[in-house]
Amino acid sequence: MKNKANPGTFAKIMKRVRGHWLLLAVSILCAAANVFLALYIPVVNGRAIDYIIGEGRVDLPAVIDTLTVVCVCAGLAAAAQWVMNICNNRMTFEIVRDLRNDALRKIEILPLSYLDSHPHGEIVSRVIADVDQFADGLLMGFSQLFSGILTILGTLVVMFSVNWQIALLVVFITPLSLFVASFIARHTFDMFKLQSETRGEQTAYMEEMIGNSEVVKAFSYEKQSLEKFDEINERVKKYSLRATFYSSLTNPGTRFVNNLVYAAVALAGALSALRGRLSVGQLTAFLSYANQYTKPFNEISGVITEFQNALACAGRIFELIEAEPQTPEPEDAVVLGEAGGSVDVDHVWFSYVPDQKLIEDFSISVKPGQRVAIVGPTGCGKTTIINLLMRFYDVDKGAIQVTGHDIREVTRRSLRENYGMVLQETWLKNGTIRENLCMGKPDASEEEMIAAAKAAHAHSFIRRLPQGYDTPITESGGGLSQGQKQLLCITRVMLCLPPMLILDEATSSIDTRTEILIQNAFARMMEGRTSFIVAHRLSTIRTADIILVMRDGHIVEQGNHEQLLAKNGFYAEIYNAQFME
Amino acid sequence: MKTLFSYLKKYRKEAILGPLFKLLEASFELLIPLVVANIIDVGIAGADEGIIIRDAVLMAALGLIGMLFSITAQYFSAKAAVGLAATLRHELFSHIQSLSYSKAQTIGTSTLLTRITSDINQVQTGLNLALRLLLRSPFIVFGAMIMAFTVNVKAALIFVVTIPLLALVIFGIMKVTTPLYKKVQSKLDGLLRMTRQNLTGVRVIRAFNNEEKELADFESGNEAYTQMQQHVGRISALMNPLTYMIINAATAVLIYYGALRVNVGELTQGQVVALVNYMSQILVELIKFANLIVTISKGMASAGRIQDILQMESGMDILEKTGKSGTACLEFDHVSLTYPNAGAESLTDIHFSVGHGETLGVIGGTGSGKSSVVNLIPRFFDATAGSVRVDGEDVREYGPEVLRAKIGIVPQKAVLFKGTIRSNLQMADPDADEAAMWEALRIAQAEGFVREKKGGLDAEVAQEGRNFSGGQRQRLTIARALTRRPEILILDDSASALDYMTDANLRRAIRQADPDMTVVIVSQRTASVRFADRILVLDDGRAVGLGTHDELMKSCPVYREIYDSQFRKENGGKGAAGHEE
Repeated sequence: MKNKANPGTFAKIMKRVRGHWLLLAVSILCAAANVFLALYIPVVNGRAIDYIIGEGRVDLPAVIDTLTVVCVCAGLAAAAQWVMNICNNRMTFEIVRDLRNDALRKIEILPLSYLDSHPHGEIVSRVIADVDQFADGLLMGFSQLFSGILTILGTLVVMFSVNWQIALLVVFITPLSLFVASFIARHTFDMFKLQSETRGEQTAYMEEMIGNSEVVKAFSYEKQSLEKFDEINERVKKYSLRATFYSSLTNPGTRFVNNLVYAAVALAGALSALRGRLSVGQLTAFLSYANQYTKPFNEISGVITEFQNALACAGRIFELIEAEPQTPEPEDAVVLGEAGGSVDVDHVWFSYVPDQKLIEDFSISVKPGQRVAIVGPTGCGKTTIINLLMRFYDVDKGAIQVTGHDIREVTRRSLRENYGMVLQETWLKNGTIRENLCMGKPDASEEEMIAAAKAAHAHSFIRRLPQGYDTPITESGGGLSQGQKQLLCITRVMLCLPPMLILDEATSSIDTRTEILIQNAFARMMEGRTSFIVAHRLSTIRTADIILVMRDGHIVEQGNHEQLLAKNGFYAEIYNAQFME
Repeated sequence: MKTLFSYLKKYRKEAILGPLFKLLEASFELLIPLVVANIIDVGIAGADEGIIIRDAVLMAALGLIGMLFSITAQYFSAKAAVGLAATLRHELFSHIQSLSYSKAQTIGTSTLLTRITSDINQVQTGLNLALRLLLRSPFIVFGAMIMAFTVNVKAALIFVVTIPLLALVIFGIMKVTTPLYKKVQSKLDGLLRMTRQNLTGVRVIRAFNNEEKELADFESGNEAYTQMQQHVGRISALMNPLTYMIINAATAVLIYYGALRVNVGELTQGQVVALVNYMSQILVELIKFANLIVTISKGMASAGRIQDILQMESGMDILEKTGKSGTACLEFDHVSLTYPNAGAESLTDIHFSVGHGETLGVIGGTGSGKSSVVNLIPRFFDATAGSVRVDGEDVREYGPEVLRAKIGIVPQKAVLFKGTIRSNLQMADPDADEAAMWEALRIAQAEGFVREKKGGLDAEVAQEGRNFSGGQRQRLTIARALTRRPEILILDDSASALDYMTDANLRRAIRQADPDMTVVIVSQRTASVRFADRILVLDDGRAVGLGTHDELMKSCPVYREIYDSQFRKENGGKGAAGHEE
């Protein structure tokens, strides 16, 4: 079997299957029993037919005996099949469950650089869709591959033992059906590809036009847009007709080959019967084999396609599971207690991509309780600083120290416990308000939680929600306004109140009143704490102890408000444009 | 469903010929067991080689004709199904474009896209299979039974009992498992949500050291999913063993009964074989039929959903006036607006007018109704009370194209379409020449970066304009609106991604470009509107102020509050304590 997937993939799958060897053994045993019985039944039926020769020449007791055997065999075969199915289900679903758990466990320890550079949709589709596809392939493989191969072998054995000439005939004709099927499959593959590409193009186009209908309407663009749509639609129709029609040829084609086999067996069988080399019962058995014999071939070719697909999916999953995790913590990592709050950035160099320099030789010394404002136009890379402080990314050169410890030498957990972070992009998890608020302190009491919510001005609106603190919210925040979501995020930090803060001031989309509440909450939190603030507001900037001015990812100026104004550089320029028009 | 299938009329010929050829093919298939019986009873019993050879050739010929008929049927079915799908896509797309903005918003883009993609595909698959198999499978099942009747009436009664029994098992298991499979799917959706949450919220989850809790939640969800899968698996694993047992028991009974009849000379050996063969044809077809029912009912459900959209009315009457001269350019005459399905008014009694060449600023917090004011002007929504007038004429009296040709709108979300810069600008005016486009780009502060782009005006624009930064996209959408040299230019919070300097330059350039153009600037920033001729201050859907910056600073507390929050000179937060709830 040829496939593009890494050859190691198959070995990795087998390693996981091996963990369920008992189920696998039972499954194979049952498959063998089932196949044996299923092949035996037509033989017995044929024997019964042979006891029914004609008027007055029927051996009734013998007929009854053989038919009893048939019924017992059928019952056993059915039971074996059921047990096999259950074993296969269990094996597949447990393997798949473990794969998903492993994938998520890996996601939790992947470096941010991996997660930021891979589209989330793609990772999700590996964990969900690819694993599902893999499960389908595995299940099909387990349930059809063994029994298919055994059926073919068994049929051959029985046919050759009954009459080798006819058996030979069957063996020579059947590959024709495989040939027909694979011929069609090979030719339709390109048409399916073309169909799905054109469909993709059409969907993208519709997404654009329907998703932005206000623009289409505003410029009265409907007619042109429909014309272009029709052009793509015609192509979709053309390719779709081809793909649908050609792929639907497989069934008539293979059925015809089967019919040929059937006719050939009937002919050869009947002629041998004339010469007394075959009984009528044996002929019926042969005919029923001829009917069944080709089926496993078609099934196996289906399994192989499916299995190749499953291998490709498995390859993608293993790629995720085996991705390089974040730098492990050193054995003797220090557990940072309640940090004093001094942060020293010492000649730090950093960039996301090697050939695109960003932070170059950046040093700053922040004393406990000081405020650092980070300012600059949108998209200037202010979040880079957050990434480095929280150790979402490691610096390339230099070091960041918190209360005298290099942050690479302390545990990530204890470092992050010392920071409270509120990002502008508010993120809430699926769950209740309570679960969201208590993320940083799962054992918080009701009183503590309410006190934090009051301090963050969130209590009054939470109280008015349908189920108060137990109201479920979704990731996108459902009915909550942007400002309310921000207040929830602030409460979350307020509840654990660590010694250092990272705050991201909202720019727009929050109404003035809520913004004032948020400002109040921020101010209350910052009292006596070392804080880093991505700042947009003049008051925050002016009162900061240190201002970092950023532009295009670089830190261009550093100092306090007066110093920077006096310098009359980039800071002065944005300050004047914004506030002094 | 009547109207949806009326689109099939175009393909009436195909829709009739498809099933017809399929039935012809099935009839040939039903003849095979009779030919086999003839071989046994006449050929073998009568030792007539000629008959055996003739019958075998007959079977091969029947197979060949069957294949040709079947291929013909597949072609017609595919043509009808693909054709209907293409027609439906065209109808649906053009219908969606004709829906009023308000209707389309209520339904939602993703719903509309699902209808036009996967729902239509579902209908195509359903129709294709229905044309091919809906008649064929029952035809074979009942045909086999009827053929059995022609062989022997009493023996056929065994069929009468077996068929309902098989149907009961197959459809009974389906009925039990279908809702269970839905539950499995919803559990999988839950896993998907959790996976995505772990990616989108990775920073917050790590900041709060919540990785292990997230993993535990996922694992328990995964376990529940696995259990559910196994539960359904155990039930549906019964289908094959049970039907297998029934069919074998029925065959045994048939042979036994056949033995009795043959003994008294009522049946021949060959006829018994024919009856057994008919029995085995039934099972395969019933299982096919069960799968078909699933596909068809999915297709029907999709068809219903498509139908619902097609039946929606556009929601706006269209008249054809062109406007008067010598009147105010834009007037709101005691306008109120309640959105469809909304409980409360979004705008209440808004009253103002703007002359030609004037600039109107609209300011207010989130949800204050700024965008609603904008939506009424190009008639994306109709006012529920009062009237909106452009050039002295109610916007409802205009043809939408005439009205929208007067307006250049720059929506909040900066959207570009796949194509080139030129094709995007020409959306606004297909006849715009190079000079006009460069002029628009110059005013929109976009000339610089477009000149630097390879290809200039012909530089490629990716879908949604993803290859441009947020600020560049905004400036290009402004240039697009300016390309049509509108009477009214509406900037709906269109400068949010621009730094303050660029924003200021932009406003200056717009004002200088065309002294007669009326400009409406919507913003959250006082800096963006303070030099407007008049500023409309909105709060909770009401106009709480209308006047110049200086007037409003004196008379309008809400305006002053917004201004103070952005320009306040005193220490952050403390001065605002009085505004708490």
